[in-house]
Amino acid sequence: MEKIKAALIGSGNIGTDLMYKALRSRWIEPKWMVGIDPDSDGLAKAREKGLSTTAGGVDGLLPHLKRDGIRIAFDATSAYVHPENARKLAAQGVVVIDLTPAAIGPYCVPSVNLAEHVGKREMNVNMVSCGGQATIPIVAAVARVQPVAYAEIVATVSSRSAGPGTRKNIDEFTRTTASGIEKVGGAKRGKAIIILNPAEPPLIMRDTVHCLTEGEPDQARIRASIEAMIAEVQKYVPGYTLKNGPVFDGKRVSTYLEVAGLGDYLPRYAGNLDIMTAAALRTGELIAEEMSAGTFNATARAS
Amino acid sequence: MNLKGRKITLHDMCLRDGMHPKRHQISIKQMVDVATGLDAAGVPLIEVTHGDGLGGASVNYGFPAHTDEEYLRAVIPKLKRAKVSALLLPGIGTVEHLKLAHDCGVGTVRVATHCTEADVSEQHISNSRKLGLDTVGFLMMAHMIEPEGLAQQGKLMESYGANCIYCTDSAGYMLPADVTARIGALKAVLKPETEIGFHGHHNMAMGIANSLAAVEAGAKRIDGSAAGLGAGAGNTPLEVFNAVCARMGIETGVDVFKLMDVAEDLVVPMMDEPIRIDRDSLILGYAGVYSSFLLFAKRAGAKYGVPSSDILVELGRMKTVGGQEDMIEDLALNMSRDRKRA
Repeated sequence: MEKIKAALIGSGNIGTDLMYKALRSRWIEPKWMVGIDPDSDGLAKAREKGLSTTAGGVDGLLPHLKRDGIRIAFDATSAYVHPENARKLAAQGVVVIDLTPAAIGPYCVPSVNLAEHVGKREMNVNMVSCGGQATIPIVAAVARVQPVAYAEIVATVSSRSAGPGTRKNIDEFTRTTASGIEKVGGAKRGKAIIILNPAEPPLIMRDTVHCLTEGEPDQARIRASIEAMIAEVQKYVPGYTLKNGPVFDGKRVSTYLEVAGLGDYLPRYAGNLDIMTAAALRTGELIAEEMSAGTFNATARAS
Repeated sequence: MNLKGRKITLHDMCLRDGMHPKRHQISIKQMVDVATGLDAAGVPLIEVTHGDGLGGASVNYGFPAHTDEEYLRAVIPKLKRAKVSALLLPGIGTVEHLKLAHDCGVGTVRVATHCTEADVSEQHISNSRKLGLDTVGFLMMAHMIEPEGLAQQGKLMESYGANCIYCTDSAGYMLPADVTARIGALKAVLKPETEIGFHGHHNMAMGIANSLAAVEAGAKRIDGSAAGLGAGAGNTPLEVFNAVCARMGIETGVDVFKLMDVAEDLVVPMMDEPIRIDRDSLILGYAGVYSSFLLFAKRAGAKYGVPSSDILVELGRMKTVGGQEDMIEDLALNMSRDRKRA
């Protein structure tokens, strides 16, 4: 069976890590990597792997879309650049998986709501944020047991794993993640906090999830639900680990997690890359599967 | 040390950093009473927000008695001369919070990052400057970076639009020579019109000595807190520093006796516990740990049967940074488990 061809927009930490994962995919074949700096490490790595590259941004890719049969693009640029990229690609009928916190399209957190995206033929799907991918499953695991009045997450990532896009988009990170906690996680109100830690050697991504339940927490059912959810996330990020908790303190339910990556591009500490890229790839594969089966027929849209 | 004739701006912290030892429960009346007292004493700048800055209300840092907006709207209209500042930590607060603080009448915004992470502050500093606010770049845990590195981070914040850069000793770790080197390095690279500030904690009893070293090296803004009310063993006690300045001929424009009265009559009675250098606070200073971790470590230690001093030492060894309060329960659970095994 022929794989669906894809382009990777953005040659930074996330785009490059995604390339390594996509090269192993059964459904997707990465053909292009798009950057803006001809000397970027990501573009060099892509050329090594036989991808076509351009340093001309998305405009450098557009003339090649039809010829190379690109049907899916993963955008790992920044929240500021994404809307324009998305517009240009959608006009050519390319489905865009958005790894920036721009959040134009509906959110996808695969372990929670991948199935909801089946058959929707969405032209733009958003991956929330690395912190969102790591924590929203836990919020959802609690919320499927009983109502969650408030959920708050703290994502701590090593400074080395946070590239310039992430740093410029820190407000978008907190806003988009908080919104994802509500819309996908199911909490009535969400809050997100991100912390960069420059320690050497770099720390493994850590995530804390605090949920405040409406009634007294049903401890046994919440514990079982969280364990099941962690197993689900581990299917695409094996280094997703429960370190402590759930701790029950009145109506507070706190879960302490660590996310180690596969070390495809940055070393294993940068689990924040993996949780994002693995989730995006899984989402892309779902769409690719539908495309292969002929149930996803994207049409060019002018907007 | 001859600092006669130097003019400096004192910035009071007791209604922001003081929120930490108060578990963010200062009442509106206390806020207004203390702020108007400081105003009458001539303190030109007063910080008011959640201890962790705008948007700090959270499970992680504590829910305050009132919102930032409620505090700011209660305090600002009551002041005759003093201006109010708000703290903002990118990753916790956002530009929306900043705009809200501006609407409430805040005159100064201080954008705080860990000392190596200045580039997360670009959105907030540039927006604050666009709003015409006095805009400060606040480099926390500044002992964790060499002076030249700190200066480069300060330069980044200056390039985004900050008109004042702070060397912030969040752990109360620095000794006077550390302060001299860092303020000197900032002065060497920043524009002559960019002010330099110093924020001390008193965990090693160095608040006054470090603040004097900062003034000598060229700092124009000095943070302190009436009666020292602040995280850890508190901030540089402002009424003490002001009295020292008066003796040395450093001009602050603040009345020595009126400020003493605010500290003694209004702030001390608010304290839940005396602000002093107890063993845990001394460890903060000695091991270089973020001062706000103090009460969290004491509570987690009591809950999980682990000495809080051991938790704090470990937090220092792990090179935790400001805002990582969520590490404390996690770490206490690990330590408690390890002890049971041993």
